[in-house]
Amino acid sequence: MGDPHTPFILASYLATVLVVGGLIVRMVLDQRAQKRALAELEARGVARGRRRGGERAAGSSGAPADRPRPAATESA
Amino acid sequence: MLTKLANPSTFLRWSGALLPWLAGLTVATLGIGLWMAWFVAPADYQQGETIRIMYIHVPAAWLALFLYAMMSASAIGTLVWRHPLADVSQKAAAPIGAAFTLVCLITGALWGKPMWGTYWVWDARLTSVLVLFLVYAGIIALWRTIEDPSRAARAVAILTLVGALNLPIVKFSVDWWNTLHQPASVFRMDGPTIYPTMLYPLLVMALGVTFLALTMHMYAMRTEVYRRRVRTLSILEAERLDERRLAA
Repeated sequence: MGDPHTPFILASYLATVLVVGGLIVRMVLDQRAQKRALAELEARGVARGRRRGGERAAGSSGAPADRPRPAATESA
Repeated sequence: MLTKLANPSTFLRWSGALLPWLAGLTVATLGIGLWMAWFVAPADYQQGETIRIMYIHVPAAWLALFLYAMMSASAIGTLVWRHPLADVSQKAAAPIGAAFTLVCLITGALWGKPMWGTYWVWDARLTSVLVLFLVYAGIIALWRTIEDPSRAARAVAILTLVGALNLPIVKFSVDWWNTLHQPASVFRMDGPTIYPTMLYPLLVMALGVTFLALTMHMYAMRTEVYRRRVRTLSILEAERLDERRLAA
């Protein structure tokens, strides 16, 4: 490619690789960290379950305890 | 059926099986698209080789809008059905949309310099895309500001739907105002104005970038489901420790 604008073309592709590639790397590291944290909690014997009167633990599914979520979402 | 698939545990199962296929499809389509863009598509008679920037700039612009539209649909799911997976979808899409908007802005500037003689002008298209990027940044910041995920989701959903007003402005800015940016040349009422030798590589690249965005979105959704489980279990562990302390 003997075009005088080659640096602009290469810089465009490089910037794309850096931005998207950087985000992918960050996403992979984030998921590994979450899986590790989940494994550690489960290893300590923390498990989800029903509390007094069948009420879900606060924070389950990210929902406040005073606002029930649809049944299909209970296992998040 | 949809409710069953949208159950987070079921989602983890089917997305885990689908993800490798989607990633493979992404690699294959992007590989073919890049080969077509670099080695098959001809140089433009006026812009020369600079036209090759189009094969990433245009798909990035489409994805910036597509991901915001997807985020808006998820925002409706959050506000109307209060579905946690809609919250998760919203949250997962924001950084990906922001990244593609940033790619669109950077590659646009790098294309603008040799073609227009400037990296930036405050015309309606460029400015509205910059506003889109700032809205994405605001949404990401709002997610981090509110600790409770479901409260954050509702606040973000409102901001997302307000920000959606910018989507038609981005799309039609080149028709409504006089802009340095060229008008649409693919999605037009009278058909594309790009010659097929350039149009097909562009469409294949767009497909590849769409698969890439969907793969990243699904992966990020899975991470968010794990994050919420960690949060739930951490709260549960803290509550049990408190109960034991009180009992002792």
